[in-house]
Amino acid sequence: MTPMDTLRVLVADDEPGMLRAVDRVLSGFAVHLPDVGAAIRLTVDTADTGESALEKVGATHPHILLLDYKLPGISGLDVLDRLPSGQEGEMLTIMMTAYASLETAVTATKRGAYDFLAKPFTPDELKNTVRKAAARLVLAAQARRLAAEKRQVRFQFISVLAHELKAPLAAIEGYLRIIHEQSAGDDPAAYERMIDRSLTRLTGMRKLILDLLDLTRIESGQRERQLAPIDLRAATQAAIDGFAAEARERHIDIALHADQPLSFTADTLELEIVLNNLLSNAIKYNRDGGRVDVTLTRDRDHVAIAVADTGIGLAPDEAARLFNDFVRIKNEKTRHILGSGLGLAIVRKLARLYHGDVRVDSTPDVGSTFTVTLADAPG
Amino acid sequence: MHDPPTPATILVVDDDVDFLAQVQVQLEGAGHRVTTAESLAEAEALLASQRPDLAIVDLMMEHTDDGFVLCHKIRQRHPDMPIILVTAVTGETGFEFTAAPADKARPWIQADALLDKPVRFEQLTREIDRLLKG
Repeated sequence: MTPMDTLRVLVADDEPGMLRAVDRVLSGFAVHLPDVGAAIRLTVDTADTGESALEKVGATHPHILLLDYKLPGISGLDVLDRLPSGQEGEMLTIMMTAYASLETAVTATKRGAYDFLAKPFTPDELKNTVRKAAARLVLAAQARRLAAEKRQVRFQFISVLAHELKAPLAAIEGYLRIIHEQSAGDDPAAYERMIDRSLTRLTGMRKLILDLLDLTRIESGQRERQLAPIDLRAATQAAIDGFAAEARERHIDIALHADQPLSFTADTLELEIVLNNLLSNAIKYNRDGGRVDVTLTRDRDHVAIAVADTGIGLAPDEAARLFNDFVRIKNEKTRHILGSGLGLAIVRKLARLYHGDVRVDSTPDVGSTFTVTLADAPG
Repeated sequence: MHDPPTPATILVVDDDVDFLAQVQVQLEGAGHRVTTAESLAEAEALLASQRPDLAIVDLMMEHTDDGFVLCHKIRQRHPDMPIILVTAVTGETGFEFTAAPADKARPWIQADALLDKPVRFEQLTREIDRLLKG
């Protein structure tokens, strides 16, 4: 449960009878908030002047202040004015007054009161007003917590991103310095290798930036999606053709298994991103001379794209974290394979955009099959 | 130019092949012999048959703490071998530590010097010279 299991209520009124009555009604009153999945208990403290109410607000930080309009020393409105301007939504003030005029309500609200309770009120009226305030407080707390979590996730993402961008920069800078100072001797081949490696690291860096842009487009929802019926078989074949050179170089056969054209409603670019990421991985993590089998199937409202490779495979604990941002499995077998660590995270985000998902079945040193299921996007 | 250093055999361990290649070029240019390893396992295998004069170890390899583990294993096998630990961790995460024995709070860090990545070559050679003399 939340840290708000208990809400502290402070009642400020100069009539001892009113203080006792509110205490009796609210003490131990459990506020059930099924909408936000919370049950809140109330504790009640009292103050008989505005001055002592302000003191208690400072000392005990109540969540709800039930504040009488007409108090002996400073008035309820004065109290409102002097309340610490703390964080938005951490304390709500409910004004209580016998002068139940619209004007009073407006004045109080303008000065920061959350709600208004006209005297005399029934226990149920009191409970309802307090319940409303409690719901508001719980929601505000949840929103604050979510925002904090989001900031944390964002911060971690950017830290890792910075690392992933700095590593190739450092490598390229190092090579340039050596080349510049001619400190690797007289053999031109040594410098050629450094230039090749620099270009490879640049390629990796560009891939990371492109993946990052894909990810940003998906997550921001800013890009206008162009949903249209697509022949999935033709689209998959086109993606496979794009990897033909890379596959040939490593003697990897890619076969497409689909009996007939498959019509599927999707955004062409999003579908391409999914196919390219799966195919790219199936080649990168394959063995030379291996195979890639792409199988397309359809049921009533889903299509499934299965990409099976004969590569290095994954251990179960590796498979479990594979789809998170920047996860790259580091081991002997993957050390020389470049990757941004974002490809499968992007695939999963896109699959979920189509109310689908991605899963992997894998056996170490035998191969992996990545299966993406997608539901037709409502066109 | 300062005096040429005493040639030494230096083991460099890092999973970044570019870092390995660059350090190798620079150290060989300075007159040292260099052996490289790309992982904790490779380094251990190498240490079973060789006794380098000094080791340069990257902190984060396959596992985030491989460097710490390797330093520890080097210490067990060759207590006198100077170790330089290199890492990009401090700059990026703010997680700070220093090389033992200065850092008494973290006695498990078994290294004689700690360098932040990207490593300045001049700084690296200065540390190597200092540790080989000491």
